[in-house]
Amino acid sequence: MKMQNGFPIVAGLVIFIGLLCAPFVMGKVVTHEYKAPEIKMPVGEKECIESKEFMREQHMQLLNQWRDWALRDGKRTYTNHAGKEFTISLQNTCMKCHNNKADFCDKCHTDAGVSPYCWDCHVQPEGLK
Amino acid sequence: MKKNRRAFIKLAALAAAGLAVAPKAMASGSAAPVKVNATAVHAEHWAMVIDTTKLHTEEEIGKLAKICHSIHNVPSIEGKQEVKWLWSDEYGHTFPEQENPHLAEEVHHRAYALLCNHCEQPSCVRVCPTKATFKRPDGIVAMDYHRCIGCRYCMAACPYGSRSFNWGEPRKNLDLSKLNPEFPTRMRGVVEKCNFCVERLAVGKEPACVEASHGAIVFGDLSNPDSEIRKVLREKFTIRRKPSAGTEPSVYYII
Repeated sequence: MKMQNGFPIVAGLVIFIGLLCAPFVMGKVVTHEYKAPEIKMPVGEKECIESKEFMREQHMQLLNQWRDWALRDGKRTYTNHAGKEFTISLQNTCMKCHNNKADFCDKCHTDAGVSPYCWDCHVQPEGLK
Repeated sequence: MKKNRRAFIKLAALAAAGLAVAPKAMASGSAAPVKVNATAVHAEHWAMVIDTTKLHTEEEIGKLAKICHSIHNVPSIEGKQEVKWLWSDEYGHTFPEQENPHLAEEVHHRAYALLCNHCEQPSCVRVCPTKATFKRPDGIVAMDYHRCIGCRYCMAACPYGSRSFNWGEPRKNLDLSKLNPEFPTRMRGVVEKCNFCVERLAVGKEPACVEASHGAIVFGDLSNPDSEIRKVLREKFTIRRKPSAGTEPSVYYII
């Protein structure tokens, strides 16, 4: 069976599919791989309150739990997985070590397009301007 | 075949029983990760007695308010948008139901220190739709600013005007160089109030106004008959604000 106007139809389809896939092909060529930002770690301290992996993945859940524990339950001492105790406080425990919000918090948050509203109330270690 | 099925059902029942028990057994095995601070002071019911024979001038109360406001980063705004945790007012405004035309002149001329009453039946807690304001087991009526949606029902419900609303950005009215870095500020659109210095009680300190009052304010556990505050309440005549509101304030005034 012969296709009527076969050539233009097939050519059109090829062009259409080509255009459809172009962003993917171009994207692969042009963009480069995502690189995690280099954050500045605290100078004096080696260990955070939990392991590096735990903090990287779950610091937001932990902070959420911390705020409820401290504020609503009145329990302000946290015992980590290794059995060490810490005072529950974003401003007075976390930020005493991570004393540079711009170089620690903001770098990843800006990269990930996340803007937590912690700093609407909590005072950053650099102080407010 | 028959025997096999019986064995299987027995085993399945055993496994099901095990599944029902296991989560509880595992939960009890691990210790709770949080506890109360070792240095914290505890009470079943925190309360305050203000001796108005010792503390009754605007300057003295203003001094206490200044300390309170500076450690809690309370912005100072003039006029209707005022934010206050501790302030002073005259007798008629403080005890409107307990006034009589022949009251001692001197009592009328005193200034009275006012703050959140940390009521036993707090109307603000009852009306808060998000439970942003709540009563702690130790009697302190606290605010969770994270949950406040700024509806101001609590302000309408409070018979004492103890709550302030942040109409604007509170940081604009703060001296940013004199901020207390240990305590957060608030954001626009939340209600705030005195918190009986819960953050100080958690580290074993008395509320800031009590500490600065040189004995004119007594703070302690109302449920302990041997406490200092109960001794004062036994010995002196005290009144509370607006008894008809039925909120049972935890702040008492020696007249």
